[in-house]
Amino acid sequence: MKRTPQERQESAWAISRRTAMFGGAQLLIAGALVLRMRQLQVAEADQFRLLADENRINIRLLPPARGLIQDRNGTLLAGNEQNYRIVLVREDAGDPRAALERLAGLIPLGEAEIDRAVREIMRHRPFVPVTIADRLSWEEVTRVAANAPALPGITPEVGLSRHYPFGAEFAHAVGYVGSVSEADLAARENPEPLLLIPRFQIGKVGVERELEENLRGAAGHRRIEVNAVGREMRELARQEGTPGQSMQLTLDRRLQAFALARLDGESAAAVVMEIATGDVLALASAPSFDPNLFVRGISVADFNELRENEYRPMSNKSVQGAYPPGSTFKMITALAAFEAGLATAEERVNCPGHMDVAGRRFNCWRRGGHGRMNLVSALSESCDTYFYELAQRCGIDRINAMAERLGLGGRFDLPLSAMSSGLNPSREWKRARRNEEWMVGDTINASIGQGFVLSTPLQLAVMTARLASNRAVTPRLVRAIDGVEQPVPDQPALNLPSAVMRQIHRGMVECTNHSRGTAYSSRIVKAEQRMAGKTGTSQVFSITAAERAAGVRRQEQLPWNRRNHALFVCYAPEDAPRYAVAVVVEHGGGGSTVAAPMGRDIMLATLNDGWPPIDAYPQPQRNRIEAMLRTIREKVGPADGTGPAVSRA
Amino acid sequence: MSYLEYNVKRSPAGLAKVLHVNWALVLLLVAVASVGFLMLYSVSGGNMGRWAEPQMRRFALGMVAMFVIAFVPLWFWRSMAGLAYAVSVVLLLGVEFFGSIGMGARRWLELGPIRLQPSEMAKITVILAMAAYYDALDTKKTSHPLFVILALVIALVPTILVLRQPDLGTALLILGSGVLVMFFAGVSLWYFGLASAALAGGVALVMASRGTSWQILRDYQFRRIDTFLDPSLDPLGAGYHINQSMIALGSGGWSGRGFMQGTQSRLNFLPEMHTDFIFTTLAEEFGFIGAMSLLALYIGILIACVVSALQSQNRFAQLLILGVAANFFLYFAVNMAMVMGLAPVVGVPLPLVSYGGSAMLVILIGFGLVQSACVHRPRTRA
Repeated sequence: MKRTPQERQESAWAISRRTAMFGGAQLLIAGALVLRMRQLQVAEADQFRLLADENRINIRLLPPARGLIQDRNGTLLAGNEQNYRIVLVREDAGDPRAALERLAGLIPLGEAEIDRAVREIMRHRPFVPVTIADRLSWEEVTRVAANAPALPGITPEVGLSRHYPFGAEFAHAVGYVGSVSEADLAARENPEPLLLIPRFQIGKVGVERELEENLRGAAGHRRIEVNAVGREMRELARQEGTPGQSMQLTLDRRLQAFALARLDGESAAAVVMEIATGDVLALASAPSFDPNLFVRGISVADFNELRENEYRPMSNKSVQGAYPPGSTFKMITALAAFEAGLATAEERVNCPGHMDVAGRRFNCWRRGGHGRMNLVSALSESCDTYFYELAQRCGIDRINAMAERLGLGGRFDLPLSAMSSGLNPSREWKRARRNEEWMVGDTINASIGQGFVLSTPLQLAVMTARLASNRAVTPRLVRAIDGVEQPVPDQPALNLPSAVMRQIHRGMVECTNHSRGTAYSSRIVKAEQRMAGKTGTSQVFSITAAERAAGVRRQEQLPWNRRNHALFVCYAPEDAPRYAVAVVVEHGGGGSTVAAPMGRDIMLATLNDGWPPIDAYPQPQRNRIEAMLRTIREKVGPADGTGPAVSRA
Repeated sequence: MSYLEYNVKRSPAGLAKVLHVNWALVLLLVAVASVGFLMLYSVSGGNMGRWAEPQMRRFALGMVAMFVIAFVPLWFWRSMAGLAYAVSVVLLLGVEFFGSIGMGARRWLELGPIRLQPSEMAKITVILAMAAYYDALDTKKTSHPLFVILALVIALVPTILVLRQPDLGTALLILGSGVLVMFFAGVSLWYFGLASAALAGGVALVMASRGTSWQILRDYQFRRIDTFLDPSLDPLGAGYHINQSMIALGSGGWSGRGFMQGTQSRLNFLPEMHTDFIFTTLAEEFGFIGAMSLLALYIGILIACVVSALQSQNRFAQLLILGVAANFFLYFAVNMAMVMGLAPVVGVPLPLVSYGGSAMLVILIGFGLVQSACVHRPRTRA
């Protein structure tokens, strides 16, 4: 509309006033914005800078290299192998199925594996590398690398994985590693973050498990910058982890291989100890299995085969198996009675083949009887009646105490899994566990290592070493950690009366060297390596009346799992003992026929640098022994561990 | 205008118009837009072609449009105001019925090869129409209820149509600009007081109803309000944008992390970093100093407009200039308040800096009208 100048003036004035008002409001608002910016960017900047860093910086763990495990001479028993694998990044590879089918022409990749890999790939975000093939050979990897231009998004990578070069030889002692399981995590109060890395492996059995904390090492870490969806943009800092400590064990690889090969075919265990140090030189349990299968993730079929095997390959019988020690226990009964002065070396006990105690007849293994026995002949010929008599005189309490002094019923501090402490029975034990009073018959049974008595092969080896040295030898399995020699355990004197010890030693020497000794056929004829030993045959089941009626007279006629256990303990050289050996053959039949020859061969291998010399055997046996050693030679792999694994289940 | 005045004062004509363009304003606009190019270059990770270059082309186009409008006499624009308003309402109705849907909202109108966003256009046509309305209206009737209601209708029709798309940010800008022109035109303060009181009462009523039997909003709507008041309540959901945005602002500190060094934007933690949230990148990379400099440029533009408005004696020109300036102010104030966590996230771009063609073109058309008012202001003959 047309306005008069006055109206226009007024209008302009009004607008100016309102402009000033709005300008004021604008200033207030702008001021508020400025203050807010000041608050965020100046006053609280540090806090927000921190939040921004938390946003973008991610810490990824770097798994450390696991500590190596070596034998006493430095031979590698467990190492880390470079492991070639193929990873695929979806966003670079395009259609994953097409990419995998192209790849299948280069490396073995089945239809089912492709399906599984595609599912795995689609589960992750497109930039996440997914492992699609593992443990490839160098040729396969080079083939993939050479075809890289045709395979976008597919790259070979190198990682470390545990490898046991000697396979089955150390499956029990060294053990194996496997991926961390839910149960492993649940068992730890505050699991290390390292354990949460997918596919991270920890020790599951044996030294690998028991010394896990030393072997694992400390994780390193990388600080990486990530974007909002977690894609790595760049590495900001990297700190390598500390590798785990390397372990040098007291085991001797060649001896272990020999022992395991010698036991092959039986369900058996053998332990070799150096008396002066307590070093465990061999810890064999047959049959064994290939621990590398477990590292890779064992197939259900393989696992079931191991689990259903009657010979229990997965059990480390040398420390987990508890067996009635049978006649190998007799030295303890003798010591208990002689130390208390309840018998003398000259005294003879008549063995008519049995003894009646408290209205019960206890038979000697020789039905016809041994005649008049003293300590030496009773040990050498393993007369049961003689020890029944001693046991009656000294009672279970002394026997129990003596067995404990010689290392039975106790558990040694070795890094091995599920060690059994055997059973050294006493009155208190029977009352507590069975709620029954100790009977004299129990003492009679215990005197010859039957009844309640149970011991492990390791305990028997320790017992033998203690008998040989009259010192409390304690076994040791770890020789050095990271090159630092571990202390040899103290060997306090046992102070067993030396006159009696001389008789015991004579008895054991005659057992293997006197023509009437139970292990005479397992003698060593090399003068400076003569061996002292004791056989044992422990009854698992008696031959039942029904069986006897059916004509079963001999052990071989029984089914395997009802036969007697065969045992043999020995030390050598008899005049200056250096090594102690214990062999247990489950349901092997007889100690003198099955266990003693094994004990001798293993002892000879120990004395002679890992291989028995043929001239240590009696002349008539040499042809047979030579043939046997040849078959063992084939089973023992070469020293670098690339040969055939021994004794797979 | 008296005859005498008419003789001594006249509007510039021909090439003389170029001299009378408000060059300070042009300079400020170019400066702000350059900040935008710089930031778009930065958020694309140093890529010219992705956002910076298209943005430059659009700015150039917008500047040409601005100058063309500037050289057309202001009286032409006044006479076109009603028509422009009518056309934009018709186009908004067209969107309502024939618009194409994008990002969950119906905003675009496809006319052959041209894609129109009538809601953007409405921002300017409402200001134009309101200015013309109050220029035509007898000054004494400004506060008459009937004419106040009429003005409200002019502002509300496009507002409601835009709200239905739905586009809350633009609707608020349209309504706000319209109401501010009413304010400049001199509508009695009582109305504004009454409206403010009513609004406050309404909000109080809604909030008071929470948890009672006569609850006005749904629970989830209340939760949205909670999240707005305290974004940390829902850091991964609705609060994510605003939390990340505040982290970016705060981590910039006094002088920023340096050009192209902002981790929040470069690593994609920031949403919409090239559009509505571009201010956070600026604040992260150039800090408090950078953010304040941009604010200063914006205020400079406002001052240039206000000075032009006060120099003008023409009611239409004054209301138009102030309307455009108020609209511009609302743009950047709402955007900044939003990214700083002072206002809800409503989707208002940072004028001349955020990536986007329609908004930039409309803003420059608005300034074209401001320039036209400057150029065609009657001046004493030199």
